[in-house]
Amino acid sequence: MGMTMSQKILAAHAGLASVKAGQLIEAKLDMVLANDITAPVAIKEFDKAGAKCVACPGKIALVMDHFTPNKDIKAAMQCKTVREFAGQQKIENFFDVGRMGIEHALLPEQGLVGAGDLVIGADSHTCTYGALGAFSTGVGSTDMAAGMMTQSAWFKVPAAISFVLKNKPAKYITGKDIILHIIGMIGVDGALYRSMEFSGDGVQYLSMDDRFTVCNMAIEAGAKNGIFPVDDVTRAYMKEHFKRTPVEYAADADAPYEKVIEIDLSQLKPTVSFPHLPENTKTPEEWDERKIDQVVIGSCTNGHISDLRIAAEVLKGRKVSPQVRCIIIPATQTIYLQAVHEGLVDIFIEAGAVVSTPTCGPCLGGHMGILAENERCVSTTNRNFVGRMGHITSEIYLASPYVAAASAVAGKIATPDML
Amino acid sequence: MKVQGRVFKYGNDVDTDVIIPARYLNTTSEAELASHCMEDIDKDFVKKVQKGDIIVAEDNFGCGSSREHAPIAIKASGVSLVIANSFARIFYRNAINIGLPILECPEAVKNIAAGDVVSCDLAAGVIVNETTGKSFTAEPFPPFIQAIIDDGGLMKHIQKNLNK
Repeated sequence: MGMTMSQKILAAHAGLASVKAGQLIEAKLDMVLANDITAPVAIKEFDKAGAKCVACPGKIALVMDHFTPNKDIKAAMQCKTVREFAGQQKIENFFDVGRMGIEHALLPEQGLVGAGDLVIGADSHTCTYGALGAFSTGVGSTDMAAGMMTQSAWFKVPAAISFVLKNKPAKYITGKDIILHIIGMIGVDGALYRSMEFSGDGVQYLSMDDRFTVCNMAIEAGAKNGIFPVDDVTRAYMKEHFKRTPVEYAADADAPYEKVIEIDLSQLKPTVSFPHLPENTKTPEEWDERKIDQVVIGSCTNGHISDLRIAAEVLKGRKVSPQVRCIIIPATQTIYLQAVHEGLVDIFIEAGAVVSTPTCGPCLGGHMGILAENERCVSTTNRNFVGRMGHITSEIYLASPYVAAASAVAGKIATPDML
Repeated sequence: MKVQGRVFKYGNDVDTDVIIPARYLNTTSEAELASHCMEDIDKDFVKKVQKGDIIVAEDNFGCGSSREHAPIAIKASGVSLVIANSFARIFYRNAINIGLPILECPEAVKNIAAGDVVSCDLAAGVIVNETTGKSFTAEPFPPFIQAIIDDGGLMKHIQKNLNK
């Protein structure tokens, strides 16, 4: 019996010739990640365990992205804890305000993760790096602390579902629409404990940014990881960014998949997840006239340069509806600067949007765009749970940057064609 | 270890944002986290919960964020056990790692109502609905995970292995 791509990476890092679903393994880690919310809990556990030194300072990344620039005194204290820990432990990949970005956009950009890697992060969207052909998964703070102490972690080898992407995506169809469509189809626990392995001729049409978005939201289907095959698009990206030598793995022809699901990208429609679960997806014919109050374009899901280019394409020469507050958040400093150079920021400001420094901020109801009672937000973020962006009666509609930008202009959920 | 308490019952997909909203994640204080536990799904939870009480829920409990603050808040609020049809995977790991007892048992979930008194022998996985007299047996943990639980959580388990 062959192995899936995910299983091959796990086997290699466990020093085993092969593994199978359900097997418990101990594996070496290439990168361990935490942020300003999860690292303080990990550091507490690290101290409680009486640990003195991290195992490999060069294989740890600490990114201050959630409540930064510090939203209040408590948030500032949490960053201070992490800053001091990074200093003591000589962790060079400590990213503070001015150098930081949203972690899952930042790590690939900085070349800290690449094909063949095994990565854990104390953030559920750590699954993003599967786009590069890595096995990457979210864990809690205690697992992260253990990872810092031993540079290893235990895993239960996951079974997998194969998603075969076919044909060229239809107009306005992005990675976001693909993953929302999939979550709508299989549900928020449709891939629980499993790998989501993507393949098919449709993959060639997806940019790295699209692939990051798809893998980013694998967790919203309950998956342990999402992963793409390595192709020329991945290789070109890694050549520009990755600091180590990538290792390419591919699924065996007889890899065991619990299910094979084919998706014709040419037939997809712009997809929006209505409140209060990502699986509650609707396409344009099911949208209605309900008014919106806010639009957020950004996050680890859709704060990439290509997402900002899409937003600018829609907003150029148009105005944000007077009833709408449009908040645009480049995911990293590099993306921000690129957006400035390309004139995207001019377009946003002229359209009446605000542009924020990189932060997770509104996505998790931290700061920079909290919703009031009964307000509605169309957002390119990843979760629309009750109270996620503010008041418990507020509503979040998850969408692509095309739909989010068009909605900002229309004042209701819209595609660019409806403007 | 045997636990017993009154049941708080919830449905499918109870997410970590309603277990502990992110607006309270600017602290690692267990008591402070507990004071906001379940606030966005059940504002009376904190007022009513007593030491030993049990949460029973349907599918995919703990979905969403990796925040360990979620099982920490539940444990610090006094809850002795969470029984569900299934758990989201990061929550499942986190609960084991911090020593919050959890069991998957759809039969029990189906036959336990809010307010029932339930007891459980955690090692044996035997759940008794004391209100109705019915009993259920949960799937045992794999030995590897049971060893983490027996050692008192992941940190203690690692310390033990490092000292070998």
